Amino acid sequence: MTELPSGKPLTLFEKLWERHLVAPATTDHPAVVYIDLHLIHEVTSPQAFDELRSRGLAVHRPDRTFATMDHSIPTLFDGDEPLFADEKTRNQVETLQRNCDEFGITLYPMGDARQGIVHVIGPELGLTRPGRSIVCGDSHTSTHGAFGAWAFGIGTTEVGHVLATQCLLQRQPKILEVRIDGALARGVTAKDLILAVIREIGVDGGLGHVIEYTGSCIASLSMEERMTICNMSIEAGARAGLMAPDETTFSYLEGREFSPKGKAWDEAVADWRTLPSDPGARYDKTVAIDASKVEPMVTYGTNPGMSMAIEASIPDDAEEQSLAYMKMERGDALLGKPVDVVFIGSCTNGRLEDLRMAANILKGRKVAEGVRVLVVPGSQEVKRLAIAEGLDRVFRDAGAEWREPGCSMCLAMNGDGVAEGQLVVSTSNRNFEGRQGKGSRTILASPLTAAAAAVSGTIVDARKLMDQD
Amino acid sequence: MEPFKTFESKTVVLPVDNVDTDQIIPARFLTVTTRGGMGKNLFADWRLDPDFVLNQPTSAGALILVTGENFGCGSSREHAAWALVDYGFRAVVSTSIADIFKNNAVKNRLLPVEVDANTHRELVQSPGASVVIDLEKKTLSLPDGRAASFPFDGFAQHCLLNGIDQLDFLMQREDAIRAFEESSPAEPA
Ligand code: SF4
Repeated sequence: MTELPSGKPLTLFEKLWERHLVAPATTDHPAVVYIDLHLIHEVTSPQAFDELRSRGLAVHRPDRTFATMDHSIPTLFDGDEPLFADEKTRNQVETLQRNCDEFGITLYPMGDARQGIVHVIGPELGLTRPGRSIVCGDSHTSTHGAFGAWAFGIGTTEVGHVLATQCLLQRQPKILEVRIDGALARGVTAKDLILAVIREIGVDGGLGHVIEYTGSCIASLSMEERMTICNMSIEAGARAGLMAPDETTFSYLEGREFSPKGKAWDEAVADWRTLPSDPGARYDKTVAIDASKVEPMVTYGTNPGMSMAIEASIPDDAEEQSLAYMKMERGDALLGKPVDVVFIGSCTNGRLEDLRMAANILKGRKVAEGVRVLVVPGSQEVKRLAIAEGLDRVFRDAGAEWREPGCSMCLAMNGDGVAEGQLVVSTSNRNFEGRQGKGSRTILASPLTAAAAAVSGTIVDARKLMDQD
Repeated sequence: MEPFKTFESKTVVLPVDNVDTDQIIPARFLTVTTRGGMGKNLFADWRLDPDFVLNQPTSAGALILVTGENFGCGSSREHAAWALVDYGFRAVVSTSIADIFKNNAVKNRLLPVEVDANTHRELVQSPGASVVIDLEKKTLSLPDGRAASFPFDGFAQHCLLNGIDQLDFLMQREDAIRAFEESSPAEPA
């Protein structure tokens, strides 16, 4: 147990905060905090590099900065030739390449074995580790908190601040404990759990807070499941989600490319063991969730808080404007609704375990007629592992499209869009109006529910299909 | 940078809660590599509706957007703040504003103003009302003369009022940053 001289027990977050203080807050200014790892991508970085150039500044720590391409890249290639949606996305990708060359930043471009969605590759490469402070110009940077890292999204101006100084000005956030005990039932996934949490605390329930997820359920989850949960912290308004590092964390990281090796590994693990919140540490707020009561979840509205158990009906107090957009009504069941598109991928559910879940449903079955199914691995590494297990064959044989890694239909700026009015069951994280293409109507769900919809052509409880297997 | 001055403007009222940054600027407009000219795509999809508030002639020239709670949630895209500023807005008024958006707004001299529920109700009920925002006093004055105070980060306020750039401020901490790096408890890269 780490204790200050006062003996005050500390939360995981307080320990992370203390470790990164370059200068504490004063009455005049916020704290200056150090950033251990800065991840960048093509969409939110170009203006920051321009700012550096206009001021004649260098990147302070290129060795702590890693870039990849994910948001606007195509997921279809003609041989080695990426099939860009348009000249603008091509220009954005080429601009990142030029900026990384000019400023000496390691870049994992399209086709590179390490390329992928920024929040998928950080952990895979062992860049994401307990105790680190991690930022990226992307709100789902909260994903990395699953490792006991303080990770949060920033805007482009702050991307510039970190490039130039490796620091940010920060006010200390409050801490919300979301304690999740109990075990998830069969057919209920981490995605269902986080949707249930967001519904419980609301899409603004985490404003001004970091969420620390605690409890026996969290401790029992794999790293990939933990990432799915921390990923969506931002959908509850919290910039960061956190989980205590433990043996599951250490065994995930051991041997990864950038993980410490040998003696340095032992020292790192010994240090990481001191990070979890001390007994008696105080949270600003606590919410308790019983995981055993969580059902497979689907959203019916236009933000991730508008969700319900798959067998429920749309509640009577559901917001009208959202329902009008979704072409749904209060009291409607979602079960049986015909779907047009299924998207399996994203930084929420585009990892190997997610693809395995979906493949288990699709194996030996066919995609329903008229349904378009896109399966997009979160990274080249996920793709490689999935192919090694034959998952790509399962998807292709079922009639799904197996694509190259990227964000793809999660935000649909690369050409992988949903047509106006179409209903899509998506394993991504945002069901905002038009998120997956202008006029697209999104139902967020787990990989199991998405795969079941692909097979049935309607919203269906995946547990029914699992019972037949 | 120019110091931020007290200003008066009529309001535009968009009484929708949880307006996310995908609505403020849809992803298909993020394929740019510069920050200028984003105003024309502000609320692009909602503006297709002729009844949308920004399409009303009475909205022209308003500098203040009054909107529902948790404004600016979702994606961290600073393009949302750029679009609002480029369109002409200088303040967004709500009961609560999402953290990343708030941060981005301040960096672009767009004031995130969080008022109490009563003041907010009054503003929503009187679209087009003329309002004065005084950053130095941290007050928003209603047409009836009542001034509602709003919280605002002291440092951000200081920077805006005095035209101080936050990156310059950080650059001046170079010695402390180097010292931290040398003695750092933080892990190696
Ligand atoms: S997969 Fe979606 S949510 Fe994740 S980083 Fe890409 S666009 Fe953002």
